[in-house]
Amino acid sequence: MSVDLEPRLNALMRRAQAGEAAAWRELLSVLAERRAIYFGRRLAQDHAADLEDLVQETLLAIHRRRATYDPSQPFTAWAYAVARYKLIDHWRRRRIRAHVPLEFVEDSLWEEPDLSAEARLDLERLLVTLPERQQRLIRDVKIEGLSLAEAGARAGMTEGAAKVALHRAMATLSSRTRAT
Amino acid sequence: MTTPRDTQDLIESLAADLSPARPGTVPLRIAASAAVGGAVALGLVLVFLGLRPDLRQVAAGDMMFWMKAGYAVVLGLAGFWSAERLARPAGSGRGGFLLMALALGMVILFAAIRMMRMPPEMRMPMWLGQSWDVCPIRILMLSIPTLALALLVMRRLAPTRLTLAGAAAGLFAGGVAAAAYGLHCTETGAAFLATWYSLGVALSAALGALLGPWALRWR
Repeated sequence: MSVDLEPRLNALMRRAQAGEAAAWRELLSVLAERRAIYFGRRLAQDHAADLEDLVQETLLAIHRRRATYDPSQPFTAWAYAVARYKLIDHWRRRRIRAHVPLEFVEDSLWEEPDLSAEARLDLERLLVTLPERQQRLIRDVKIEGLSLAEAGARAGMTEGAAKVALHRAMATLSSRTRAT
Repeated sequence: MTTPRDTQDLIESLAADLSPARPGTVPLRIAASAAVGGAVALGLVLVFLGLRPDLRQVAAGDMMFWMKAGYAVVLGLAGFWSAERLARPAGSGRGGFLLMALALGMVILFAAIRMMRMPPEMRMPMWLGQSWDVCPIRILMLSIPTLALALLVMRRLAPTRLTLAGAAAGLFAGGVAAAAYGLHCTETGAAFLATWYSLGVALSAALGALLGPWALRWR
């Protein structure tokens, strides 16, 4: 989150905690947009349809638990922690049922803007030589931009385990790049 | 990016529902769990263990009695501080855990100095006392009411690091329990306090950490 947003949101939050509905409306609207971007980046392929649910759940949590915000602390960090908690909770609940149609994954891979089609293909060829768990970690962390803790939660491992697994996967990948 | 209609409706209804926030909600609720849990622990001590017979005399100025009480209270306060922070999103419990480490360090140092000044054959009996085998488990038992209440209360706040928040609740409850147990326990060794009281509180913190991810999960 950009640094300059903090004073504005913090001021809105203070006014809202004093009971000013207009400030709360404005703050929640800014958050709704921000959270949609935040979740949009992280949900990417599999559960894009859940994005709006997640935004609304987060707004509700922020509303119901607003008394836990300490005005002396950064508001953005507080609001992000709620969103992150909701996201991880979402993954945890979805993991059991998560079955992603293959063609959907392929489609969204092509849509990634930051890699050329050719590089993407090379990367794909390399990636599929890895075990599925490692593939997913690399996609989550290196392509989707998730944190290790988030990717770990998604794969059902601790941050430390995710770090080790990712390190191994990257080492394997780089040794294969040199071999070809 | 535009916000969909029903999200806008939700924002409208939440804004209409807004009431001024009461400052102090978080610390007050957590403190209330200690008041009730501590009273239950005290009742358990009175009914099942009994107060130490010399309570009146030692309370008048026995150093070890007050050191036990002080150590328990500081551990409880450290847990309270951490729990109060960790019950909030993005909160850090570092301050409370540091205070705990500081208190533990001081008690260990004090115990080590006393041990060194003691004749060697006295060291083991002072360390184990009469009750080393029951002290930690009793403190753990006495911590359960406060721990349960603190977890219930914190679940309705918004912890986001559940294991740490659970450990803080356990430390908090352990301190309360150790304070109540000090009214029964007649041990006088500093090394006894440093080891077995600390172990009892650590067990409570471990139980809290274990329960945290399950008991503190909120929707």
